[in-house]
Amino acid sequence: MARVVVDVMLKPEILDPQGQAVQRALPRLGFAGISDVRQGKRFELELDGPADEATLARIREAAETFLANTVIEDFTVRVEEEAK
Amino acid sequence: MTVRVGVVTFPGSLDDRDAQRAVRLAGAEPVALWHRDKDIHQVDAVVLPGGFSYGDYLRCGAISRFSPVMDTVIAQARDGMPVLGICNGFQVLCESHLLPGALTRNDSLHFVCRDQKLRIENAGTAWTSDYAQDQEITVPLKNGEGRFVADEHTLDALEAEGRVVARYLDVNPNGSYRDIAGISNAAGNVVGLMPHPEHAVEPLTGPGTEGLGFFTSILRKLVNA
Amino acid sequence: MSQKHLDTVSHAAETPDAEQPWAELGLKQDEYQRIRDILGRRPTGAELAMYSVMWSEHCSYKSSKVHLKQFGEKAPASDAMLVGIGENAGVVDVGQGYAVTFKVESHNHPSYIEPYQGAATGIGGIVRDILAMGARPVAVMDPLRFGAADHPDTKRVLPGVVAGIGGYGNCLGLPNIGGEIVFDPCYQGNPLVNALCVGVMKHEDIHLAKASGAGNQVILYGARTGGDGIGGVSVLASETFSDSGPAKRPAVQVGDPFQEKLLIECTLEVFAEKLVVGIQDLGGAGLSCATSELASAGSGGMRVELDRVPLRDATLSPEEILMSESQERMCAIVEPGKVARFLEICEKWDVIATVIGEVTDGERLEIFWHGEQVVDVPPRTVAHEGPTYQRPYARPDWQDELQADAPTAERLKRPVSGDELKAALLTLAAHPNQADKSWVTSQYDRYVLGNTVLAQPEDSGMIRIDEETNLGVAIATDGNGRYAKLDPYTGAQLALAEAYRNVAATGAKPLAVTDCLNFGSPEDPAVMWQFAEACRGLADACQVLGTPVTGGNVSLYNQTGETAIHPTPVVGVLGVIDDVNRRTPMAFAEEGQLIYLLGDTEDELGGSAWAQVAHDHLGGLPPKVDLERERLLGEILIAASRDGMIDAAHDLSDGGLAQALVESCLKGGRGARIVVPQGTDPFVLLFSESAGRAIVAVPRSEELRFTDMCGARGLPAARIGVVDGDSIEIQGHFSVALDELRTAHLETFPALLG
Repeated sequence: MARVVVDVMLKPEILDPQGQAVQRALPRLGFAGISDVRQGKRFELELDGPADEATLARIREAAETFLANTVIEDFTVRVEEEAK
Repeated sequence: MTVRVGVVTFPGSLDDRDAQRAVRLAGAEPVALWHRDKDIHQVDAVVLPGGFSYGDYLRCGAISRFSPVMDTVIAQARDGMPVLGICNGFQVLCESHLLPGALTRNDSLHFVCRDQKLRIENAGTAWTSDYAQDQEITVPLKNGEGRFVADEHTLDALEAEGRVVARYLDVNPNGSYRDIAGISNAAGNVVGLMPHPEHAVEPLTGPGTEGLGFFTSILRKLVNA
Repeated sequence: MSQKHLDTVSHAAETPDAEQPWAELGLKQDEYQRIRDILGRRPTGAELAMYSVMWSEHCSYKSSKVHLKQFGEKAPASDAMLVGIGENAGVVDVGQGYAVTFKVESHNHPSYIEPYQGAATGIGGIVRDILAMGARPVAVMDPLRFGAADHPDTKRVLPGVVAGIGGYGNCLGLPNIGGEIVFDPCYQGNPLVNALCVGVMKHEDIHLAKASGAGNQVILYGARTGGDGIGGVSVLASETFSDSGPAKRPAVQVGDPFQEKLLIECTLEVFAEKLVVGIQDLGGAGLSCATSELASAGSGGMRVELDRVPLRDATLSPEEILMSESQERMCAIVEPGKVARFLEICEKWDVIATVIGEVTDGERLEIFWHGEQVVDVPPRTVAHEGPTYQRPYARPDWQDELQADAPTAERLKRPVSGDELKAALLTLAAHPNQADKSWVTSQYDRYVLGNTVLAQPEDSGMIRIDEETNLGVAIATDGNGRYAKLDPYTGAQLALAEAYRNVAATGAKPLAVTDCLNFGSPEDPAVMWQFAEACRGLADACQVLGTPVTGGNVSLYNQTGETAIHPTPVVGVLGVIDDVNRRTPMAFAEEGQLIYLLGDTEDELGGSAWAQVAHDHLGGLPPKVDLERERLLGEILIAASRDGMIDAAHDLSDGGLAQALVESCLKGGRGARIVVPQGTDPFVLLFSESAGRAIVAVPRSEELRFTDMCGARGLPAARIGVVDGDSIEIQGHFSVALDELRTAHLETFPALLG
């Protein structure tokens, strides 16, 4: 059993209004020195079985077609940990 | 005396003019307050209006909560000044911890705009005293993140202390726990409400005038004070 | 592009033979040559970018211009017109010192690629157009068309589009008061996402997009510039998608409605303090468009330091900055003495503002990049004197055959028995095109700003514009691609007639028109014929009805492979009402009121909803248009509203009387008892779509006055029944309970979309 994490972020060239609003607010709250903020989504997928290559390929497919909108978003897939 | 009710404009506030109109139609004087000003010009009460302050980015109300004006509003609310947060204003009050719980994405995952029936569950707060206990009213509701959530202990306490101010009837439009549409703080001066009473103050432009009571309640309270 | 490879004006002059990607940028060989002739040298990369984007179909209207001219040439004399075609939007006088500006625009292709952002930025763009005229935007509407309701891709596109419109419009604080939702397989792969915005100002606040006064400063304000939709305007709007779907995926523009809300408040504040000489929004073609149009319309030239433009992506080249379609940006011309105050107001609203150049006394648009000149052009050649084409057009071979295939009783089996008629009515009311749309409209805020008097599903949206005097405006949009396919000339006129009727039905006087002309490829002579006919029909009809076209938009290349969408002219009509308290709603609300059918009903089923729903048939001729009758009907509806003679009115269009009764009864929660007049075929009475008709509910006390008025004016008015009970009963034929109807009408959308 394993946990796979899919991180979905807007592509670098796509405007991220949420990240910009957060970035503009940070200095007002006294958090200086942060030059950019981008906000994304994190999905934690708990698997019934092991995170083998075949499973990861399916998860990549799920990320590509469903979890991310690849018109505007990129994603990464990684195995986080073996569940205890 | 003329009662002066401040209406805060945050960047992205939308129903601020509507709240001002409701205050005026109730017979009080609306005073526009600006998010950057700590000074609230000695108003008698404050309305935090609906809208999408800061675009609802990060979390609804999370950025507005740190506005300079909120420093003053929070301090005076703790001293008993009446504050009504409507929709986004309710979200700001929860983020400010003047009210418990949080407002999350509607269970339908859609923004919903409808004429909503409510029951006034506590006609004893600063903002509901012109209603009869258990009076049923219809006012517009329009939100994407209006689902009130809190832990069981908090919900039980709100019920026990009569701090559920209004409850949804017929339809729970957003999945709020226990059909909660609005709550108050323990003292009853701070009320948060997801539906929009300021859009039910004229028969021409809303489903009726049953929202006006929130604004006449505060007027009566302050005049009698 | 790094600076050492910078293609400067002098470099271009020295390297006349350098290869340039004009074809990739969508230019034709002769167009590229024409640019060289204008400049007397090859263009620089930046100049090529500007010309290619400004000479695209989308920006230059090069295929449509010759036909659009009629809207000006045939425009009826109207005292109401303050600003006509050619500006960001037309402006109409509505009295009491108020002016109203409105316009409908398409965002079709972007909405197919990325439904949410495509639809969202469509709203953003049209709102900035209205704002740029000096007006406060007060409402939006969305005429939408999708493929078959049960097609899997419709389930991708529709929810995304609706969420995008709601997500942007709601966050902006503009009530969404109307529009249309139509399904037809012809829009599969080419959904139509049109957006209309209306704004209000005082006469003296009208602003125009022109740069004048040498030394005046050019200020870019709003969002930073990023790589959004670079080339989008020419690539997206001028090419046809391949059959396999969206193969091209240019950087999608992402809307930031919060930024736009700040832009609106900030802009209205600088207008109020009279700080602006001229203003232009940045939409398609971004800075290329704004700088060239401002300079072209003004008296002098303009000099711009492009490296001052605030960037979101520091690697952008000058060409890319000029072509970027980053949203939520505006460009203002400000006198030097007022710049400081302008910047102060921007700062108040957290809006980034930068002086990027100034108006010059020359005649050139000159753009510099770190001191080196990359553009030196006569601005008119970019903005207003692009190529125009007389595209060949020809009535297609199949038109005769299509028109000959009339839905006669012999050709299409018609319901006869009471049970058959009832089933037909229920099926129609449940069809996605006629079904209740609240699954969609409940995702839109219709209350914000507190001035919405009528909103969907009413015949038109109505907004109060003065709280003291109760002056208001009403707007309706309509279009029927099926009618236009059968006869584009008549189809365009029917679209206008219906919108006109819808405005009048609410009690408002129609004043002016905006249109969004959605068609296939202009390179197909058959499509071009449809376009030419629709323009001619609309211009002729506007002349008769006295409602000038004030502006609008053309969307071409709406086709997949060889197959074009139905020609779909969408027409918006704006009307004025002196007291919104006397508006006429559509609901039958009072028991016992008399139902009158106004107008003549003939056997006209060509292109009808019934033919589509019952037989999937499209053929014959659309209903006839009688514009004088439409005008008379409008006058009667307005007079009846003014004199309190009617309590409800509803226009008859798709689905005819049957559908109108369903809607008025369900809205009011009251039934109707209808008597079919002697000698009338109940099927024709219920389902014909003859134009120039409406139903009204008349209080008994007003009946005589009302019928006298209709009689005196020569408008046929037949008493067909009474508001009564909790069913629709067609006496002697069938009765259907409102509960059953409601279920059929309301459950379609939730069942389709969840």
